[in-house]
Amino acid sequence: MADVISTDAPAAGLAVTETSKGTERLHRAIFIGLAVALAVAPFVAYPVFVMKVLCFALFALAFNLLLGYGGLLSFGHAAYFGMASYVSAYTAKNWGLTPELAILSGTAIAAVLGAVFGSLAIRRQGIYFAMITLALAQMVYFFSLQAPRFTGGEDGIQAVPRGKLFGLIDLTDDRALYWLVAVIFMAGLLLIYRIIHSPFGQVCKAIRDNEPRAISLGYRANQYKLAVFVLSATLAGLAGATKAIVFQLASLTDVHWSMSGEVVLMTLVGGLGTVFGPIAGALVIVSMQNYLASLGAWVTVVQGCIFVVCVLLFREGIVGVIAKAIKRPL
Amino acid sequence: MFELLGIPPQALFGQVLLGLINGSFYAILSLGLAVIFGLLNIINFSHGAQYMMGAFVAWMCLNYLGMNYWVALLLAPLIVGATGVLIERNFIAQLNSSDKTRSVIFVAVALVAFVALTRGLSEMSVAVKFVIAIGIGLAASSAYSWRRPFAPSETQTDHLYGLLLTFGIALIIQGLFRNEYGSSGLPYQIPPQLAGGQNLGFMFLPNYRGWVVVASLVVCLTTWFMIEKTRLGAYLRAATENPTLTQAFGINVPLLVTLTYGFGVALAAFAGVLAAPIYSVNPNMGADLIITVFAVVVIGGMGSIMGAIVTGFTLGLIEGLTKVFYPEASATVIFIIMVLVLLVKPAGLFGRTA
Repeated sequence: MADVISTDAPAAGLAVTETSKGTERLHRAIFIGLAVALAVAPFVAYPVFVMKVLCFALFALAFNLLLGYGGLLSFGHAAYFGMASYVSAYTAKNWGLTPELAILSGTAIAAVLGAVFGSLAIRRQGIYFAMITLALAQMVYFFSLQAPRFTGGEDGIQAVPRGKLFGLIDLTDDRALYWLVAVIFMAGLLLIYRIIHSPFGQVCKAIRDNEPRAISLGYRANQYKLAVFVLSATLAGLAGATKAIVFQLASLTDVHWSMSGEVVLMTLVGGLGTVFGPIAGALVIVSMQNYLASLGAWVTVVQGCIFVVCVLLFREGIVGVIAKAIKRPL
Repeated sequence: MFELLGIPPQALFGQVLLGLINGSFYAILSLGLAVIFGLLNIINFSHGAQYMMGAFVAWMCLNYLGMNYWVALLLAPLIVGATGVLIERNFIAQLNSSDKTRSVIFVAVALVAFVALTRGLSEMSVAVKFVIAIGIGLAASSAYSWRRPFAPSETQTDHLYGLLLTFGIALIIQGLFRNEYGSSGLPYQIPPQLAGGQNLGFMFLPNYRGWVVVASLVVCLTTWFMIEKTRLGAYLRAATENPTLTQAFGINVPLLVTLTYGFGVALAAFAGVLAAPIYSVNPNMGADLIITVFAVVVIGGMGSIMGAIVTGFTLGLIEGLTKVFYPEASATVIFIIMVLVLLVKPAGLFGRTA
């Protein structure tokens, strides 16, 4: 990767195109690096741990699409993650759907939920938007708590079968499942990358930076906001549905507000509004949770401290700091 | 005895009373949120944790210091309000300052102090050491910024970071109390003066529950009077409207901001003390409540003080009635009303369009 950066010395006149070309090359190198890392990971680390990181990384990427590029702080993303997780677990266990269909049905529910909640929440802006999404997610939480026939109540849906992919490939083996999760993750990441760099993504960024101006230029801001909200909710659902198959469990933890807080934390630590930041953030936070698991309620305190320190001193996040150092958007 | 729609009046009025009690907590908490939001432009996510702190301070006053309920009712808001002042000065006010040195000093000193304490003293619980380390860090950073003029920032705090900061503080407070006291809840007795109840003929009114509703109403209306009718309230409203101009007229706006945050937090703590004998004193008691209060705030809109009070009590009442007629929906009814209000009047019932 190092020589890719060093060969690129932008001349003054062509600075813009040269830089963006260099950035494109850098991003391609990062994608290749990620693919290699994913290929090696199950042989170096415990596959279930890597799958957990990948699911949460996809969740954080989806969240960052909304906050980092749409400028909308949703404090209720656990609703889409958790609901998709429930639906995927329920269909796989009670209807005997194959894993890919279970994941798809979970994702579809998240998309529908995102469309409904999104169209409500975009009616208000700023601080109210965050409170509305949080309140709507809390409604989903209470629904999950009170519908034990569907969600299993306090127990959740346990012992979800991993099943056979397309009815052919047995996923009970961690390694086999790992490749499926890795492919889903990479597909999600590429899709998000494509969205961010598409004309649609550019308009979203314009709305984020100055909504009245974007409206005055003729863009229908609310349609764009709703679209990015639905996309984000759908991808969060994809992450949740996959998680349910990996851990063979869907529980109330997935829909609780603390899950919404966790995904905010991952994105903040990794770097808000950076393409690759949420992956780094998810890796850090999930590792920390594994490492501190024996400490019980102290995990909450540590997370709170990270929030405070990040907001006061470290707003760019890990990847944001690196991007600043090498003067390239990441 | 008469019956209403097949519901025995005892049950009906019992739930109405419970609804009014919940409504008074909604009213006090959303009032505090609205006052803080007006001046600081942040949503105080730690409001629920501070409500819980109020209940815990009352419990500690009784069990460690032998102080009764009435002393705690005065003392707990003062103590929790003082911690609120510290939080505002040392964290919220630092959100916009370009000089990060103070925060760096705080984090570094607190970290070193915490490590030193965990190495050195073993008889104290970790939570106590954590709090002491925070205190040392605050002392060091305050010593650094002593007599440095505090420049009010021109730009208003970005609501995103205000929310995340107070969310982090809420996590810390709740985690500390859960470590120290577990999450099963601690009992708190109703003060003897308010034990027993009145038979009103159509229902039995426990004295304490009546007291909670009356005390909340008095506090809410006093707050409304202070903000709308007194000179201090006029300063507050002026600073809400235009902080720079108010500062130019010689009013110490940063001090006003700090005191306002402290006051809002003290209100939450007051509600916590009131709640202590009704619900058990539990580290998680504020966490779910605050989300419902957010919905209340969305329904009412934060533009009007009286609006917050009226919305709080009304929604509590509606929730109580739902418990009688359709118990399955009682947990979600406020959120459903929020959805309806968003569809019909997005700015909130008492809100000004932003």
